Amino acid sequence: MNFLAPIGSFTLGLLAEIGRIFIFAWEAVGRGAMPPYYWRQIAVQMLRIGYNSLPVVGLTAFFTGGALALQIFEGGSRFNAENLVSSIVALGITRELGPVLAGLMVAGRVSASIAAELGTMRVTEQIDALVTLSTNPMKYLVTPRIVAAVLTMPLLVLVADIIGIMGGYLVGTKSLGLNAGAYIKNTVDFLTFGDVSSGLLKAAAFGFIIALMGCYHGFNSKGGAQGVGKATTNAVVSASILILAVNYVMTAMLFTGS
Amino acid sequence: MSKTNTIKMNDAPEHIVLKDVHKSFGPKHVLNGLNLSVKKGHSMVVIGGSGTGKSVMLKSILGLLPPDSGTIQIGGRDVTGMTGSARDEVLSKFGMLFQGAALFDSLKVWQNVAFGLMQGKGMNATDAKEIAVDKLRQVGLGADVGELSPAELSGGMQKRVGLARAIAGDPEIIFFDEPTTGLDPIMADVINDLIVDCVKRLGATTISITHDMASARKIADDIAMIYKGEILWQGTAKQVDNSGNAYVDQFIHGRADGPIQMDVFKA
Repeated sequence: MNFLAPIGSFTLGLLAEIGRIFIFAWEAVGRGAMPPYYWRQIAVQMLRIGYNSLPVVGLTAFFTGGALALQIFEGGSRFNAENLVSSIVALGITRELGPVLAGLMVAGRVSASIAAELGTMRVTEQIDALVTLSTNPMKYLVTPRIVAAVLTMPLLVLVADIIGIMGGYLVGTKSLGLNAGAYIKNTVDFLTFGDVSSGLLKAAAFGFIIALMGCYHGFNSKGGAQGVGKATTNAVVSASILILAVNYVMTAMLFTGS
Repeated sequence: MSKTNTIKMNDAPEHIVLKDVHKSFGPKHVLNGLNLSVKKGHSMVVIGGSGTGKSVMLKSILGLLPPDSGTIQIGGRDVTGMTGSARDEVLSKFGMLFQGAALFDSLKVWQNVAFGLMQGKGMNATDAKEIAVDKLRQVGLGADVGELSPAELSGGMQKRVGLARAIAGDPEIIFFDEPTTGLDPIMADVINDLIVDCVKRLGATTISITHDMASARKIADDIAMIYKGEILWQGTAKQVDNSGNAYVDQFIHGRADGPIQMDVFKA
């Protein structure tokens, strides 16, 4: 019967961890809704999380849009459906690949840096020092990062949508010989507001996950450099997996009903 | 070394009182029914070896590590398990110098010193900077140091900035966590002098934890010895040499032989 013990302790550990994450999120968001608000921190974090992620997200979207155009052209040509390239690229980018790939790239960039920064602050007692200076560390460190990520991720994904579609357009018209005017017309005609807005809604959820995982693991890191390294890894891995899982759930909820 | 402070009468009221405080981390019992009382305006130094529960005791009082049982009173009010704005109000009376100074490395030195005034108390930057520069001067640092980042400072300077930050809000209670650890003996004495000086100026109640006896003798009005999460002995600084307590004697003379057995000997 001993083989059941590890399963049991794993399940208990997992549930306890989920509980701790929910309490942490509540402390950050529920209590964070009460004053004081640290506007300056929110602005600084928006710059760090959003603006500084633009190059990474833009390049990812550009190459993904291009590769998507190539694949759809290759597949479509088997059914004489090359003219579908533009609309499928647009749908694929806005609904799925824009938010997911931007989310994963930002998770790697931002969750890691948040976890490392907060983790270092934890192990050097800077978080304890905040408490002795009449400043709630949750409100000062965590809430601004979550707010900033939730606000900037949709903007980043909007940029990714545009650049991704442009990547598909450039590959489609310059390399695959598709008609430029028809490409743009098809994109505009087929794309609906719902395609874009659902992607932006996903982006906001991913922004929440990215900041929450970075903050949670950083805030609870222990034991010096090794602990900070572990926190960073855990932040990126858990944020990435949660993004993919939540993406599936949101896709199922947003699109299968209609 | 003899301190002549007329204000510090022995019948001063109790300011910080810990009663039967217990704290465990899993199977490890760190505080085992700790009792400690500190009189208002007094400098209490808690001595004890590594891992005896000194830091956990301070963090329990601050509410960073809530005790499992027992009570903590500050100024006659029970603060055990206090949360929210009540806790914030209690904490606004505290200042603390951390062992590694714990300066915010993303901020300039003066912003560190002014942090509690600006973020915690909502003071504007101009006024807060003025106070910060004044507090830096009190710990022997010029206004030019205020413009540096903490990473550019030596360990001794970081400790002094940490001290300036701890006293910036004119706290009623100040904690010093190993104030002289990691400093050369001369800088350690400079810090000791600054602590005595700053505390006198503020009239604050202080608890220092240290294993540096030279520091303890210099800054203490009262001394308590912690061992295995309990206070074994408490008395005035003068009594420490005649405590009649074998544990205290062993510690203050730094002997390997005695009632305190280090784990390394249990082979």
